[in-house]
Amino acid sequence: MAYRTKPLRPIQLIFSSSAFALLLLLTLGTVITLWLHADIGFQLLVSDWAIIKFTIFQALTSATISILIAIPAARALSRRKFKGRQVVLTLMGAPFILPTIVAILGILAVWGRSGYVSEFLQKIGNDPINIYGFYGVVLAHVFFNIPLATRLIVQGWTAIPVEQFRLAAQLGISTSGIGRHIERPMLRTVVPGAFLIIFLLCISSFAIALALGGGPKATTIELAIYQALRFDFNLAKASQLAMIQFSLCAILGSLAIFITKPINFIQGLDHEIERWDGKEIHHKIFDILVLIIVCLFLFLPLFSIIIRGAVPLFTLPALVWIAALNSIVVAVISAFLSVGMAISMSIFIIKMSYKLPIMSKAMEIISFLILASSPLVIGTGLFILTFPFISPFTIALPMTALVNAAMSLPFSLRMILPAMTNAENQYGRLADSLGMNDWARFNIAIWPRLRRPVGFSIGLAAALSMGDLGVITLFAPPDVATLPLVMYRMMSSYQLTGAAGVALLLVSLSIILFWIFDRGGRLEHKIR
Amino acid sequence: MSIKLDNVKISHGKFSLQADFEIEKGKKIALLGPSGGGKSTLLSAIAGFKTPDSGRIFFENTDITSTPPAKRPIALLFQNHNLFPHLSVRNNIALGITTTLKLSLKEIETIDKALLRVGLDGLGNKMPSELSGGQQQRVALARCLIRKQPILCLDEPFAALGPALKKEMLDLVQEIAETTNATLLMVTHQPDDASYITDQTILIADGKAHRPITTNKLFANPPAALAKYLGN
Amino acid sequence: MNKFTTLAAGLILTLASPALAEKLPKLTVYTYDSFVSDWGPGPLIEKAFEATCACDLNLVGAGDGAALLTRLQLEGERSEADIALGLDTNLTAKATATGLFARHSTNTTNLDLPIDWADDIFIPYDWGYFAFVYDNTKVTNIPNSFEALINMPDDFKIVIQDPRSSTPGLGLLLWVKQAFGERASEIWSGLSPKILTVTAGWSEAYGMFTNGEADMVLSYTTSPAYHIIAENDLTKSAAKFEEGHYMQIEVAAKLASSNQPELADKFLDFMISDKFQSIIPTTNWMYPAVIPSKGLPVGFDKLITPSKSLIINSNEAQEVRDEALAEWLTELSR
Repeated sequence: MAYRTKPLRPIQLIFSSSAFALLLLLTLGTVITLWLHADIGFQLLVSDWAIIKFTIFQALTSATISILIAIPAARALSRRKFKGRQVVLTLMGAPFILPTIVAILGILAVWGRSGYVSEFLQKIGNDPINIYGFYGVVLAHVFFNIPLATRLIVQGWTAIPVEQFRLAAQLGISTSGIGRHIERPMLRTVVPGAFLIIFLLCISSFAIALALGGGPKATTIELAIYQALRFDFNLAKASQLAMIQFSLCAILGSLAIFITKPINFIQGLDHEIERWDGKEIHHKIFDILVLIIVCLFLFLPLFSIIIRGAVPLFTLPALVWIAALNSIVVAVISAFLSVGMAISMSIFIIKMSYKLPIMSKAMEIISFLILASSPLVIGTGLFILTFPFISPFTIALPMTALVNAAMSLPFSLRMILPAMTNAENQYGRLADSLGMNDWARFNIAIWPRLRRPVGFSIGLAAALSMGDLGVITLFAPPDVATLPLVMYRMMSSYQLTGAAGVALLLVSLSIILFWIFDRGGRLEHKIR
Repeated sequence: MSIKLDNVKISHGKFSLQADFEIEKGKKIALLGPSGGGKSTLLSAIAGFKTPDSGRIFFENTDITSTPPAKRPIALLFQNHNLFPHLSVRNNIALGITTTLKLSLKEIETIDKALLRVGLDGLGNKMPSELSGGQQQRVALARCLIRKQPILCLDEPFAALGPALKKEMLDLVQEIAETTNATLLMVTHQPDDASYITDQTILIADGKAHRPITTNKLFANPPAALAKYLGN
Repeated sequence: MNKFTTLAAGLILTLASPALAEKLPKLTVYTYDSFVSDWGPGPLIEKAFEATCACDLNLVGAGDGAALLTRLQLEGERSEADIALGLDTNLTAKATATGLFARHSTNTTNLDLPIDWADDIFIPYDWGYFAFVYDNTKVTNIPNSFEALINMPDDFKIVIQDPRSSTPGLGLLLWVKQAFGERASEIWSGLSPKILTVTAGWSEAYGMFTNGEADMVLSYTTSPAYHIIAENDLTKSAAKFEEGHYMQIEVAAKLASSNQPELADKFLDFMISDKFQSIIPTTNWMYPAVIPSKGLPVGFDKLITPSKSLIINSNEAQEVRDEALAEWLTELSR
């Protein structure tokens, strides 16, 4: 496409190259910093290899179980028509907004040694269950990832052309035949990608291992990095573990990017179901059972959070509200930062794509590198870079905002770049032919098409940042905290009722923030 | 009589279509009209994918209004997605015989003959992704041929093909319809396609499917709705 | 006042600086969390010291004992801390090696410790014995040694602390090492199935115990004194082990980078005075370094006294720690 375009203005160049430079610093830069610090020879002991083995093994187990449960759940969702189907599916999209630490509290309420299940078991004469350790970590991961897995796999189902089902109906293909000829081939294309994504997420697990790990036997690499830094002051070990983590994630992440289609957050299953199979009663019962079990598994912990948190919510100490304020400010700043970076990078990438398409593709890939980095690695690298000059505890909040912005950048970019590309293609030339200057062009031709993805991205980034418990643990002094950190501290001092109140507050604020920005993006935009 | 629609009303959201007509056996009918008029909806109703709000559908005096699609005597061809991408050409056609894909020697022979008939001799082992659009449609036609259903429905299957190729495909369709003595229902929004192979045309416009009228006569003396559509 | 500063820092997101102009000089003491809690010594000590010093005493909780040292290492010379209170003798060698601490000028000849004290940087303020604490109404078969503990059924659960972040955790590590030497790995291997979880600090572990999540927790022989005296609760006891019990001597020191050296010295003197020491037994629940003029509280006589006192010389503690830690990690990671 030989479309002559205006060259980048200097200010755009500065802005977007800063964004890229920042990303490179945060990903490769921090890893290299760590590498340079790893001068004291090979620090890894037998126990550290055990950590790596555990990390991989629990991620494999979690991903496998999540997928195995998600497949029948996704099939049930895509072939049964019932009231509230859309609600169930939207709730399935919620985990991205639900803070991990809140989920853990809910899980403990149900599965902990003093939770519902243990109470029940003790009533019938058994021992209470003990989930600290491998099983707890896997359980929490499965809880967290079934919604994601289901959503990814359901997308596969919605992508099947309706003609295929009509054909099957025409030709009299049975339900098992449909499974064989339509559904299983589709699954073969969708499942590997979904598995990889979940595997990747489970490898870089931190908060779950922190709260449910139970000891050296159940430590993930991220947690070990945290311990090496926080407990041991062993920077060399932290850096070596970080290197391993980064390599592992980079490989998995690159594979995942090539195999999967972009995650579609916005659309749901709104079209009508057109299937004529699965009418036999045993299929119906199976589907209903699967959906009930999965919904119970997911919603019981969430309900417990609401129920247990409602009363303590009103008697929370002042420090919680201060932390809430900190969290909101950090979240909003990091969200705007993230989207600002995404927009300037998109402009850059699009302009580049006309002249040097390969460069622009490379830029896109760099922006996804961040998915391979763990927040703790970034935090550790930044910590090493800044601590000769400034005490880490004074920059805890700005650092958190910055790292959160970078972590949500891939999601923002994934939504804004296509929207901007479309707007360019459809209205860019018109704007140029009318001789619009840059500001008018952006405001009239491009921005209206960006409002929805931008609104959604800001909302999502803000919600993700609210719930983050990563960098802040490395940098925070005891008197400065964000909401998740306060919650974790309360949980650790066994103030579980107070923690439940904070959990409810945290979830509510995240949802409210998301809703405000997403709604803002959808409001009518008419220039009369 | 082959197909009869008795006071059928189909609605789809805000849109509704009325149909009340009879089609003679062995005729070739075009369903013609503007986009969004309801042509595909009508075909879906006949094939059993949409249930009418009221009225009944008959096939040779049997009421098939509540018969499931698999049991209706119809072979259907869409504009695309007619083939299962992971099955070979031969297996895709074989689905017209048996869904278990276990074929006797005789059945394999039948399939190969069908392939020859549609001009795809020797391509039995190819995968759909290795074929062109036109070739894929021919494979689907071969399957229709094997099924030997009394009614053959086409939903704009050649819209994406160039004029010469389209003529070739329409010739093939005509041949197949005549050999199997099937009633042909073809949805199109191109008047030329209609006049090329069909005997009668059902005009679908303004929420109504009119009775079939001989194609040439219809074009010679178009009613107001059709005239507007043709731009006379 | 502290909270207002935090609010301002949160809103403006600037580099936090001692924002408010203070009329009184401020002395910052970094200590462990349970010291500053409302039920710990903190509030009373603050009141007592501020009454005599014409200053503002700022107590900052920094996790558990060993985490405290790491925090100071992280902050380095820019740290705001003037005093570090809460390390123990297992860490003093390591702490001295960091070069962050300054010599004290306090007279430490009249201390009532079971051992002689000869450190010119660190001053002890209290001491105790580590022990496993249990609920005597729920546990009928009480283990009287580590071996007996290993032979308990596997559904008997104990909760311990991470030696890298917690002084009791480190204490347990060295206790096993000192008592069993080469056999330490074997002991950890036997204990492993009974360990419910390893927490980062003492408060988490003790909280789990009092909530019934675990049958036994690593704590001190003096912990039951809290329940007896403060709660009139006689259900908690410490298990007396045949191998003897490891001692913990908690210390404080002045930071070399302190900008209030004289005030810091004043605090350290105050620390071994009767005022401070008399607060310790019923707030920190340890034996005071100097027995208060009114003696030990009633209730302390009900505590078990170990037959053997184990302790590793602070100079050797660092080396032993590294070896013991490696064994611990290996055994518990299986």
